Amino acid sequence: MVFEKIRTVIVEQLSISEDKITLETSLLTDIGADSLDIFQIISNLEDEFGIEFSSDVVTNMKTVGDAVEYINANANK
Amino acid sequence: MLKGKTALITGASKGIGRAIALDMAKNGANIALNYIGEPNEAELVRRLILDENVHCAIYKCDISDFNASKKMVDDVLRDFSQVDVLVNNAGIARDNPILRISEKDYDDVMDVNLKGSFNMIKHLYPAFMKSRTGTIINIASVCGLRGWQWQASYAASKGGLISLTKTVAKELAGRGVTCNAIAPGLIETDMTAGLNGDNKSDFVASIPLSRAGQPSDVSKLAVFLASDWASYITGEVIKVDGGLCI
Repeated sequence: MVFEKIRTVIVEQLSISEDKITLETSLLTDIGADSLDIFQIISNLEDEFGIEFSSDVVTNMKTVGDAVEYINANANK
Repeated sequence: MLKGKTALITGASKGIGRAIALDMAKNGANIALNYIGEPNEAELVRRLILDENVHCAIYKCDISDFNASKKMVDDVLRDFSQVDVLVNNAGIARDNPILRISEKDYDDVMDVNLKGSFNMIKHLYPAFMKSRTGTIINIASVCGLRGWQWQASYAASKGGLISLTKTVAKELAGRGVTCNAIAPGLIETDMTAGLNGDNKSDFVASIPLSRAGQPSDVSKLAVFLASDWASYITGEVIKVDGGLCI
């Protein structure tokens, strides 16, 4: 499942507990990630799912749900 | 000063890199030793390091190769679990007036000295971010501060390395990672052995301390910068040049 994989990446990067992450979680405001953390998480997601996130996509990605939606729409294309 | 730390040092089979590897080992650091030249030279350094009762492993790799350097970093992290200190020392020079510098010579120098250091930093960046500690030491040159005739590519690469040092220092400061540069002057190594007698004696005469430096003059500073004693120093460029640039 995409959400579970994303959650694992975030948990490993930020050393926080899984239950803090839902589809509505904002990466920047809810779990204390800064911009460097976001880029690291994005890099890890790119490795995990074999897709690229353009700068525009990253800028507009506000929640974990946005990441799930983008990956579902673009993975394995 | 470095007990329990692991240092990854590029270009460590001879010259300044060799001295840094040996001095860090003497101070208790485990050493991941990168080289590209003669296996026998690297093996000799490894044996000397093992005499200090620390761990040491050798990694032959062209650091200017993005994918090869990534694999080396992955191998080092697998073998040592962590890297606390990265020393970007590997470097080459192709001295000539600009009129005589070929495109290939220029590219070779930039690829090893600047891109190679960038590759190493980039590949270790996630590990440093995750561990929230670490030290990067870039071996630059006074050429990179002042420019030097017949060293256009070398000076440009070292100037770039100094700017890279300051950028990394700012980017990773929030993660507890420091990044500093050492700018050696004339140090007696294989690289400077090519200077002919007259040029060398004229050069030495212009140095206030009246002598060329030794690799150990640089390695002692590297040990200090890698130690906890230097934990509040970042983004600095420290000259080891006998007063040449005063």
